Amino acid sequence: MTATETPTSEGTRRITTAKAMAEAIALEMRNDPNVFVMGEDVGAYGGIFGSTTDLFAEFGADRVIDTPISETAFIGAGIGAATEGMRPVVELMFIDFYGVCMDQITNHMAKIHYESGGAVKVPMVLMAATGAGYSDAAQHSQSLWGTFAHLPGIKVVAPSNPYDAKGLMASAIRDDNPVLYLFHKGAQGLVWMAKNPRSIAHVPEEAYTVPIGEAAVAKEGSDVTIVTISLSVQHSLDVAEKLEGEGISVEVIDLRSLVPLDTETVLASVAKTGKLLVVDEDYKSYGMTGEIAAIVAETDPTMLSKPMVRLAVPDVPIPYARTMEYGILPTRDKIEAAVRELAS
Amino acid sequence: MTELNQLDLYKEMVRIRQFEARVLNEYHADKSPAWDIGAGLIPGEMHLSAGQEPAAVGVCAHLKKGDAITAPHRPHHFALSHGVDMNAMMAEIYGRTTGLCKGKGGHMHLFDPENHFSCSGIIAQGYPVACGHAMAFKRKGTDHVAVAVAGEGAANQGAFHESLNLAALWNLPVVFVIEDNDWAISVPRSASTANTSNADRAAGYGMPGVRVENNDVEAVFEAAGAAIDRARAGEGPSLLEIHTVRLWGHFEGDAQAYRGAELETLDERDPIPAYAAAIGLSDDQVAAIKAEADSEVDAAVRFALDSPVPTADDALLHVFA
Ligand SMILES: Cc1ncc(C[n+]2csc(CCOP(=O)(O)OP(=O)(O)O)c2C)c(N)n1
Ligand SMILES: [Mg+2]
Repeated sequence: MTATETPTSEGTRRITTAKAMAEAIALEMRNDPNVFVMGEDVGAYGGIFGSTTDLFAEFGADRVIDTPISETAFIGAGIGAATEGMRPVVELMFIDFYGVCMDQITNHMAKIHYESGGAVKVPMVLMAATGAGYSDAAQHSQSLWGTFAHLPGIKVVAPSNPYDAKGLMASAIRDDNPVLYLFHKGAQGLVWMAKNPRSIAHVPEEAYTVPIGEAAVAKEGSDVTIVTISLSVQHSLDVAEKLEGEGISVEVIDLRSLVPLDTETVLASVAKTGKLLVVDEDYKSYGMTGEIAAIVAETDPTMLSKPMVRLAVPDVPIPYARTMEYGILPTRDKIEAAVRELAS
Repeated sequence: MTELNQLDLYKEMVRIRQFEARVLNEYHADKSPAWDIGAGLIPGEMHLSAGQEPAAVGVCAHLKKGDAITAPHRPHHFALSHGVDMNAMMAEIYGRTTGLCKGKGGHMHLFDPENHFSCSGIIAQGYPVACGHAMAFKRKGTDHVAVAVAGEGAANQGAFHESLNLAALWNLPVVFVIEDNDWAISVPRSASTANTSNADRAAGYGMPGVRVENNDVEAVFEAAGAAIDRARAGEGPSLLEIHTVRLWGHFEGDAQAYRGAELETLDERDPIPAYAAAIGLSDDQVAAIKAEADSEVDAAVRFALDSPVPTADDALLHVFA
């Protein structure tokens, strides 16, 4: 995808990422009676992070279903319904809660199509909140996309802005495969959480899709490539815009999707700049930063004119106190320092 | 069995309430005008226990040093009632190095090994761990008991059901406490649970189950005493469901629109003034007890504020022993 096709904030209808997600679900629900939503507090409450805002008012309790706190049962029920041709959109409130329902996710949702030799499809969306930055500590702040991307059979997407949130949700619902849709709490545009202005942007009213598996060149540049995803895209764009004034030209690649991964866009950018920073709010080891490094190394390590840099959570759980939490998160300051070092 | 002391029960409920009221106040004090959950001296999610004091106080009155509690995301009332140091707890809530967990855990992840107290933010996951405490007590030949606490919403989680069976099968000294406050965030019990009493579910696992109505601290005290004595005597686990009330939001910042007209009934359902009246305390006595609690809480806040903030590098410590 080229930079000219990336979403812009131009246009008059500016909505939050959360609203954009809910709008995509509503459009699909209107078109396809097989689409329904279930999860904890997705009904009248509208989802703890706003992902189902206003759906209950339009579609009622029959299609927007509040569940007991029984993730194994209702995610499993989503899988079963999907194998019957429904298109459930199931919310796991925080991705951190995967522990109580992981068997349904990885041994069932992810494997049924393969195990059945392609005979059984599981067209469901599992959406979950990710991310840190507001002192919710070790059990409510993880990103974990690397964990799921590691397990074969699940498409994994994570939008960074309202436009992509809407388009990726539409693609996820229409996809015949299970799609894990991870939305960052800090990019939802919630009124009760500090946010980057990039979390509210112009979104077309009509239905459209953003293809799963295509990265976006969120900003073109020529000196350093930042490859990143989710909220870190917003931070990286802030840094890129700041450094532009100083003559450091940063290209920001928003992966948008980890499975499938758009290696072509990544490699083209690295070939152009020769300098690579991978920014990830997930744990560092065995994750996205290592995967990107491996792809570059496997393709042509001589593309890099300097050793690449990985900026990710240094393999510790997310601590509560703000000083410690920001000590381990990939903040703007750390991104900026890494870019300066690479550019020097 | 411990003897019932009305004044002690009342004082402990007030102590908890004044703690929660102060946290409420301090939590919101520096989050305006644009309310931001991550801002201020106490950031993050905050689940307070106002209204649920009878559950903690009635149960903990029977516990002795060395007995264990595993609490959920709403832990303060059980922590305080079980003897967790108020200063260290407050400092943890403020994210200071002198906190119970050196600022790593925060209000949902309080660990106090001295008092065998812990909590978890993952629903129902304290139940299996309580079975483990009980297993250790039994294997070591002590008469200690473990108390597992969670809300009525948690009783629909697999871990709850697996733990009940395990405890009954192995005759473990555990008491499973369910605080039924009618709500799991915005989902009412009627929309989450087909069975109207968890006491019935206990029967299905082969253990006694009791449901205490009316948020009545003395009734909780009686029922908890029987269950804890039974566990201590080696006669096995029990389940105690307490019908209580959540006076405030699920978490702070929760506008609670989903509660509708029920919100107007909450003041009259507050168990603390009701108990003061029931045991005939005078206004002066009530004021004196409150003042005493406030001074303890004041000292805890001062302790927290005077304590150092962790450094960024402290985050790298304690991954492994
Ligand atoms: C496994 C898991 N699922 C969901 C949540 C999110 N969550 C936190 S508290 C809560 C409601 C709990 O209700 P209940 O057990 O009745 O306790 P209460 O909050 O009423 O004290 C939910 C759904 C969680 N923390 N863990
Ligand atoms: Mg409850």
